[in-house]
Amino acid sequence: MTRDEIRDIILEIIEDIDEDAEFDDLDADQPLRDQLDLDSMDFLDIVMELRKRYKLQIPEEDYPELATLTSCVNYLEPKLQDV
Amino acid sequence: MSDVSLPDAQRIVITGVGLTAPGGSNSLAAFREQVLAGRSGISTIDLRYMDTYPAGICDFPETKYRKKRENKRGTRAGCIGVYCAGEALADAGVDFSEYERSRTGVYMGLTEHGTVETENEVYNISQFDYNVDYWTHHHNPRTVLNNPAGEITMKFGITGPHYAVGAACAAGNAALIQGTQMLRLGEIDFALCGGLSECVGSFGIFASFRAQGALAEHENPIKASRPLDQDRNGIVISEGGCVFTLERLDKALARGAKIYGEVAGYAMNSDARDFVLPYGPRQAECIQLALGRAGLTPQDISIINTHATGTKQGDVEECQALAEIFADCPAVRSNNTKSIIGHAMGAAGVLELAANLSSFEDSFVHPTINLDNPDPACALPGLVAGKAEKVEQVETILNNSFGMVGINSVVIIKRFMAA
Repeated sequence: MTRDEIRDIILEIIEDIDEDAEFDDLDADQPLRDQLDLDSMDFLDIVMELRKRYKLQIPEEDYPELATLTSCVNYLEPKLQDV
Repeated sequence: MSDVSLPDAQRIVITGVGLTAPGGSNSLAAFREQVLAGRSGISTIDLRYMDTYPAGICDFPETKYRKKRENKRGTRAGCIGVYCAGEALADAGVDFSEYERSRTGVYMGLTEHGTVETENEVYNISQFDYNVDYWTHHHNPRTVLNNPAGEITMKFGITGPHYAVGAACAAGNAALIQGTQMLRLGEIDFALCGGLSECVGSFGIFASFRAQGALAEHENPIKASRPLDQDRNGIVISEGGCVFTLERLDKALARGAKIYGEVAGYAMNSDARDFVLPYGPRQAECIQLALGRAGLTPQDISIINTHATGTKQGDVEECQALAEIFADCPAVRSNNTKSIIGHAMGAAGVLELAANLSSFEDSFVHPTINLDNPDPACALPGLVAGKAEKVEQVETILNNSFGMVGINSVVIIKRFMAA
């Protein structure tokens, strides 16, 4: 999976959580939480969806890696390279 | 204890109504039109693992008070509750400039809660070989019993107490009673009280009634709910909700609130006998207790809303109790709202009260429908059937609501008259 594809997957999952989410002004290097009004339960939704889709088990200590869109892609790229 | 002589600060009045009922009625006015016309709100549902069965489904503007995202995170009961509470607040004209949010109580009657969410989650992990790693983190906040009431407080920023009143199908009445008591105790100044049902989302609730031989079947769904009829064959399960705003009379008058009616009296008791079978003699005691507390006699009751659900024995038990108490009451009228909207479980008591509430203003008694072959064992004094009946004036409504494991509730609402 390419970086762009991973990015699209993350945005698709967020859109599934909140269909009103606006991505136009999203800064990929700033925390998703502040820009999209996401809370800890939403992040758990993202983790669960990645588990369901790709059988990815993301340990709790790695959750900070999901803070920004760029860090998400960086973290997931090696894990999804064969998908 | 008679409420007649109570000071205004102890007299509790209904000042707002928000509801959603099967058949597309999403306001008191629309609901009144539906029940006066005797228009069934029953359709069908095709649930996981079950065949198609008659059911009462609500169709209301789910995103009027909350975003789709919030509805997705919460529960169906919470979604119904937020809509009904929002409508009740708007109807009452309360925006919390009149009352403190910290002095507002939210009491929601539930027959059960968490069944739908648990069934859905078990189905979800069945898709992943029952690996509980796939069990949702939303499960606990969705299934705690205070969930629907709590979702209402989160939406409207209400910081007073909130909790569920669990009383099987007597729960709506029980919540109304709870709010009345808390206002009288001075624990709160304003109450949102009601009942909610998301039961149509649970195959287990349908299957359990079916296993008990108590799930209504009919090829034509609008004919399926037929309490008091010889051909009744069980309960039609419905979802729905109704929330009332309750206030003390002195404050309601001071702010010029519209007053729908006054809580005249109430009672609850227990059969202490059987898990499912109702017991008429104890229901009769409950009715007498409520009448006594209201300082009323059976002759003072204008309308009886019967609880009858369409089960063989349940209907007979209640009708025997009523026939005995109201034997010498030629002016009393009785009806059955479940024949129109099915059994809305935790919402039944309050929705059925709401169905009758406008009779104080329009002097009509809405009909019982589907009474094609009245059961002689269910003969009731003044039963209104087929079409609405105009009466001279409605002074009081006696609202029966009974539930499994032997819980009985009776609420009497009277026309508001200034002292």
